[in-house]
Parts: sequence; structure tokens; C-alpha cells
Amino acid sequence: MAPILTVKNLDKTYESGFQALKDINLNIEKGEIFALLGPNGAGKTTLISIICGIVNSTGGSVTVDGYDIVRDYRHTRSRIGLVPQELTRDAFETVWATVNFSRTLFGKPRDDAYLEKVLRDLSLWDKRNNQLRTLSGGMKRRLLIAKALSHEPSVLFLDEPTAGVDVELRQGMWETVEYLRETGVTVILTTHYIEEAELMADRIGVINQGEIILVENKRQLMKKLGQKQLVLQLREPLSSVPAGLAAYSLSLGDNGESLIYTYQTQSAQTGIDSLLQDLGEAGIRFTDLHTTQSSLEDIFLDLVNG
Amino acid sequence: MKMNPRGMYAIYRFEIARAARTWLQSVVSPVVTTSLYFVVFGAAIGSRVEQVQGIPYGAFIVPGLIMLMLLTQSVTNASFGIFFPRFTGNIYEVLSAPVSYLEVVIGYVGAAATKSLILGLIILITAHLFVDLPIQHPFLMLFFLVLTAITFSLFGFIVGIWAQDFEQLQIVPLLLIIPLTFLGGTFYSLDVLPEFWQTVSLFNPVVYLVSGFRWSFFEVSDVPILVSLGMTFLFMLLCLALVWWIFRTGYRLKS
Repeated sequence: MAPILTVKNLDKTYESGFQALKDINLNIEKGEIFALLGPNGAGKTTLISIICGIVNSTGGSVTVDGYDIVRDYRHTRSRIGLVPQELTRDAFETVWATVNFSRTLFGKPRDDAYLEKVLRDLSLWDKRNNQLRTLSGGMKRRLLIAKALSHEPSVLFLDEPTAGVDVELRQGMWETVEYLRETGVTVILTTHYIEEAELMADRIGVINQGEIILVENKRQLMKKLGQKQLVLQLREPLSSVPAGLAAYSLSLGDNGESLIYTYQTQSAQTGIDSLLQDLGEAGIRFTDLHTTQSSLEDIFLDLVNG
Repeated sequence: MKMNPRGMYAIYRFEIARAARTWLQSVVSPVVTTSLYFVVFGAAIGSRVEQVQGIPYGAFIVPGLIMLMLLTQSVTNASFGIFFPRFTGNIYEVLSAPVSYLEVVIGYVGAAATKSLILGLIILITAHLFVDLPIQHPFLMLFFLVLTAITFSLFGFIVGIWAQDFEQLQIVPLLLIIPLTFLGGTFYSLDVLPEFWQTVSLFNPVVYLVSGFRWSFFEVSDVPILVSLGMTFLFMLLCLALVWWIFRTGYRLKS
């Protein structure tokens, strides 16, 4: 299946000379939830803004459903919904008026039944006659989602959906993304919360200083996350791993004072049992032992700092 | 999708609705202000002034006063219309929508021009209550109203994109449009000025608007009617060129 979004060699250098994006290449599959993970200032918002037509790129191309975002902007923009990061400042129109405005602005005929459904799904129907300035922070964010969904997009960008939102609202946002997944919309969200990417996304891309440094299936990332290490403090230091233990994935640490065994927690046989037995038979004694687990955060920090 | 008339109309309707929400400020306030001009300049002072170019003073100032309102309202309305979404951040929606630049301009400028046109007509009707007002060329008069409303709404749109804050937004109507209108022959005929100032006045674009508009009422003018029309068109083309440049370069809209 052809990807719904293709980014090729995308560059962005601002007038100030700051290079926000460097040769970005990315494919997004239809119906997936993709999390773009990166620290502040990594280029997440710039990337989204270019795709949506708010910022001009300085090189490369982007296609949505096969259409070019510059040449065929009417086609691409009518397929995209954008939920911006910043909560916009207070406005005086009502919830109902603003979702209607969004829908018709994108060229869709009025459809009260559809908009009612969107507002009900996002728990905003009761507030339809309220002015925007009377809404709470969480409602405003949901309203931005409702506005973005009002023209029935096939791709939805959520830029930092939970930035500056309290725990309860974050939970609500996660439920909203789950609801979006059920509707079949392709969702691309940016975040700097790792747990959020972990919880919601099918695939995770890591961006840092304008470069995509990793794109991986979440399960594969989790597999890396699922690796554990058993560290044995040895009574007598070793100069090398004994040949008889070559079958195990072993390495030496602390100048031979510890033996490190890496294993998968998810596999049925961790091999710890037989390793300890074999160690005993080989006459290797240890004084202490502990296990460590690398978190997604560790992987992320490794990638970003490395 | 070749064109997006719905999107264009959405912007237009949004802007008209904004005026409807604030009708006290949008409609009542300019009508009251202009009525005050009629009372003070037309009735109180006008009764002591001779006729100007053969026209009673109270009637003579009406076209200029309508122009004054039309210009300030067109600029204020159109500039605020595009400045406010820039200020609130809501502009992202228009920029990311499948609407062309032309459609965006027609939406915003069309709405602002419609509003000031309606206002101009209300003030014209109000003027009839105060003075005896013949209109020799009603169609030309309407044409001038429409042309001026569109031209200065375009100008206002440019101001709204140029302005970085509310102060800059106010500067143009207050420090440019109002002085130019007052010095543009609204309250007097240019021939009462010394020759030097008559020449200086010809550099004021509002002179041509007021003069041409007044001609459509009384067939008297400071400059020939065709020159008035030509200059108004010229100013409109200038504004169109600027708007075209703004969207081409993304000036203060897109980085």
C-alpha cells in the first residue's frame, strides 16, 4: 500500500540562517498512529507547519495521498486536519459557529449531523452555544481537535496535544486518540513525553536538531526495552569469558570484576537457571547480583546525545 | 477542487458576523459621529457660511463626510479583520485551508467593503434628514462608493498584515486617513486655499475621491471627474499589487 504521506529530502532554513530541518525523509502509512518524539526546538512543529502550508520549505518535497503540497495544495490541505500546539487566545464566537466555520472554510458543505457527532464524541455538545473564551483549557484543546476534524480529514496532526495539560486531561487526550484510531484517521502526533508515544503510537520517529535519527515500530523498540541485564559481581576477576560459557550472551564489566548477562524478559526461557548452574560447575563464584533494564528514555537519550 | 467558493464565503460570513456581534461599535458609533458633524458643521456653523461653489454649505460637506466615514471604516474594518486572527493565532486555520490567496483577499476585503458600503448608505440616508440633498448622478455616486470601499478595504488589509501590534493598527486610520480627509477638501473647496497649498493638495489622494464623489451629487468639483476616477483606480491597482506581493513573499504571514 502506498504511504499516505511521503516526505523527501525536506529542508528548512529560516531567514535568520537557522537550519530547522535537514534532509528529512519519512513515510507514514494509512491508518497508523505515528509519534514524532523529540526535545523542544528539534523541528517537530516546523515539519508539521510545512506539511500543512503554514511555513514554506527551502528544499525537498512532500506528497499527501500522491498530491504535492505546493502544486496541489487544495487536494492536500483538504485531506489534512491540524491541531496546533498553542491554545489560541480568547475569541468571542461560539463553539457551534467556529466548527461550522472550519468545515466550510475547507470547502465542505454544511452538515449539522456530522458536526453534532464530532462535538458529542469530544464531550463538547453541551457547550455548543458557549463563547470560546468561557471554555476551560481542556475543552479548548478538544475544540481545536473538533475544528480539525470538522472537514473529515484523512490525516490529523496533533502538535503536542498534552503540553501544559494536567494528568487527568492527558488521560482524556489519550482516550481521544484511541477514538481517532477507531475512526480510521491517520494520526501524526508530536510529543516530548516518551510515555505518551509509548502509549499511543504504532510507530515512533525520533527527531533531534532537525534530523530524523530513528524511525521504528513501537514493538521493536519495546523489544529493545524488554532486554534486561543480569550483573554478577565476581569474587575473582576474570580476564575473559570462559570458553565453556560461549553459548550465553555474556560480557565482562568493571575490568573483569563483573559478568554481564543480557536476556529477553519476554521469552519463556530466560536462561538464568542454567547459566547459574553452569557458572557453579565452572567454579566461578560471585558475591552479589542485580538486574538492570534500559528504558525507552535511555534509548532516546542515547540517540539524542549520541 | 478548482475553486473553493465555500471557503471564501466562510471568511466573508465570519467577518460580517463579527460586525453584527459588535453593531454598536460597527454601525451606531460611526452614524452618531457623522450626525454630530452634520449638526455642528452643517447646521451650527453652516448657517453662517456662504454657499460654496453655489451649493449650501450644509449639503456641500455631505459627500466629504460620507467619504471620511467610508475611508476610516474600510481601513479599520479590513485591517482589524486580518490583524485579529494574526494576533490570536487563529490565522493558522486560514493558512492551512484549501483556499487560494485571491479567495482569502476576496473574503476579508469583500466583507470589509460590504460593511463600509452599508454604513455609507446609512449615513447618506441620515444626511437626507438634515439637509436638502440632490444626487445628480446616482449610479456614478454608487460606483464611487463601491470603488472607494473596495480600494480602502484593500489598503486596510495591507495595514492589518503590516501592523505588529494594536498601536500600529490604529496609527494609519488616526494619523493618516483622518488628516488626509480633513485636508482633502471635505469641509472646503480647494480654491479657497493659497495657490501653493492647492498644488500640495493635489498630492493627497483623498482630494480626488472627495472631489469626484461630490461631482456625482452636485456636478461641481475641484478636479475633473475623469481624473478623479483615474486616480482612484490607480490607487486600487497599487493596493492590489502590494497584496499580490504580500502573498507571493508570505510577508508577515508565512516564514
